[in-house]
Amino acid sequence: MNRRDLLLGTAGASLAAALPRTGQAAGPPIKIGLLEDISGDLASIGLPKLHGTQMAVDEVNATGGILGRKLELIHLDPQGDNARYQEFTRRLLQRDKVDVLIGGITSASREAVRPIVGRQNAFYIYTNQYEGGVCDANMLSVGAVPEQQLSTLLPWMVERFGKRVYTVAADYNFGHLSSAWGKSIMKPLGVEFVGEEFIPLGVSQFAQTIQNIQRAKPDWLYMLDVGAAQSSFYEQKNAAGVRLPMASPVKIMLGFEHKRFPAGVMKDMYAAANWFEELDTPEAKAFVARWRAKYPDEVYINDMGYNAWVAIMLYKQLAEKAKSTKLADLRGAMADGTLGVDAPEGRIVIDPKSQHCSHRMRLISVDGENKIKIEKDFGDIQPFWLGQVGCNLLQSNPREQYTPDNLPRR
Amino acid sequence: MLGNLFAGFYQFADVFAFLVLSAAGLAIIFGMMGVINMAHGEFVMCGVYVTAASYHAGLPLPLAQACGTAVAFLIGMVLEAVVIRPLYTRPLDSLLVTWGLSLVVTQGTLVLVGSTFPGIGTPLGGFRVGDYTFSAYRMVLFAAAIGVLGFVWFLFLRTRFGIQARAVMQNPGMAQALGVRRNRVYALSFGVGAGLAGFCGALYAPTMSLIPTMGSSFIVESFVTVVVGGSSVLLGTAPAAVALAVIRTGLNAWYGQIIGQIGLLVAVILIIRVLPDGFTGWLTRRTA
Repeated sequence: MNRRDLLLGTAGASLAAALPRTGQAAGPPIKIGLLEDISGDLASIGLPKLHGTQMAVDEVNATGGILGRKLELIHLDPQGDNARYQEFTRRLLQRDKVDVLIGGITSASREAVRPIVGRQNAFYIYTNQYEGGVCDANMLSVGAVPEQQLSTLLPWMVERFGKRVYTVAADYNFGHLSSAWGKSIMKPLGVEFVGEEFIPLGVSQFAQTIQNIQRAKPDWLYMLDVGAAQSSFYEQKNAAGVRLPMASPVKIMLGFEHKRFPAGVMKDMYAAANWFEELDTPEAKAFVARWRAKYPDEVYINDMGYNAWVAIMLYKQLAEKAKSTKLADLRGAMADGTLGVDAPEGRIVIDPKSQHCSHRMRLISVDGENKIKIEKDFGDIQPFWLGQVGCNLLQSNPREQYTPDNLPRR
Repeated sequence: MLGNLFAGFYQFADVFAFLVLSAAGLAIIFGMMGVINMAHGEFVMCGVYVTAASYHAGLPLPLAQACGTAVAFLIGMVLEAVVIRPLYTRPLDSLLVTWGLSLVVTQGTLVLVGSTFPGIGTPLGGFRVGDYTFSAYRMVLFAAAIGVLGFVWFLFLRTRFGIQARAVMQNPGMAQALGVRRNRVYALSFGVGAGLAGFCGALYAPTMSLIPTMGSSFIVESFVTVVVGGSSVLLGTAPAAVALAVIRTGLNAWYGQIIGQIGLLVAVILIIRVLPDGFTGWLTRRTA
């Protein structure tokens, strides 16, 4: 035995001694199927999601796994292609027989996956912030939804900057639905929508849009652009000398434009976030330190990556309370509405009626030096909208996505 | 009034510049040489990344842009000699090879450089005409597009290399029999095409977000312009860019970007139906 083996041996022994006695290998590993884009157009925001899941799996395994069973992560890269999302979903559920399916970036990919999950009656966790409204007992949503991101941010913007709003949105379900959300939240406040543009995905040239904005003279911009090509808008708008405040549910904490673009381009962008790397609570700093030790080259730990970590921790709580990985047992474990995790942002609790999560929301802004400032702390915000309009998964499972324009029939 | 007139011109100039700059390199490689270059977007991306990297290394922007263009030119020459040359008589295979190349380059960039790259920032600031402010750099892009057309005209119609190149494209065997070094002409032409693609990337580098797949945002416009234009750069690409820019600018202004993009593609279908050889065939017939 040489010195290195000896060291490793002692380290292993002390680690083993520190572990709770949950019994050795009480069963086969729990399989986690993960679908995240780490190539293709959305690779930059998908990679932190893979890292967040990997880190959580390693942390859970280091403390004995779940119910004494190790976690086994099976990651496939759908490259942003919805057909591949469907193919890989079938493969993970039918061939690999994973216990839980996690992932998907765009709302289009989520909607591609959901019907297959429903037919297999599997358990699926979606870890992004999104336009909200999915009432589906097979899905747990971990990210923030409009009542958390938009009902907080938009009224604040109206009060601070004014009532003339111009919307620039990506032309697919996320853009259209978030735009509809903006209207339903801001119309009662007397907001005048002086312009609204839907931009096809992949468009990178914005001279006409910039001119339309100048003609409409808005007080601020409601930005719902998606993808790297469309985010060229900010550089071009800035070069044309248009300086307006902006609000978005997908910039900064998600796309980390303030880490990628030169200083000044994202100046006066406002967003409501449950997580951003600059969050300066002790828990958040410890989380960032652990992440950066594991992935030193990470450009930015975005909210989706953080949510991916939270998803595994929630799953651990659910499975341990249920003493099972079956969907019905997991749903039973969340039914009393108290199950949650103490995450770096604060405590996150699952709402059993909608299977969405509460979040501690903070309003952040970017200054001319690409620095983040916390403008306001909204405290814990419940995902109340689905329950309000009549989604109650404890009673029925419609597997629908509701919107302000498409409410459930009472 | 003046503001609105200038705004109209500015919008046209912006779309025109994008079409000409993104299509010029492809017009030489695809239009003249007949190689369906699926890696065109990746030559553009190469220009973007080399420009950004040289800029971050401390070079002034124009010099960094020259580097981006030069690297794309050299890579084009090498690729022609190694991969493209054996496939001139097998156009479908060259399509497959260049497509494979584009996948390798995109993924390779993702693996080696990462999924994002820090941007540069647009130089020159803005200026005001009437009610609107505009980016001055966009006027530089328009001037560069005119400059590229002038360069292509000079290179292919006023130099010895140009005459040899056109001879080789028309009849390689006869040209070789007359003492033209065919392989060198092919390599140089391909290099010029790749270099122009790199130049396009170098010019747009300061105005866009940099990711490995960004070449694809140039692909549709460049192929559309070349197909509508036909085989000649001057009699094809230039008038095609004018026509498509007018259509797109008008539709963008009155109906928004979605209709602008749909309209562009519908116009392309109609033009190809009426003019199978593109503007080149039509203008050549009229002048012949």
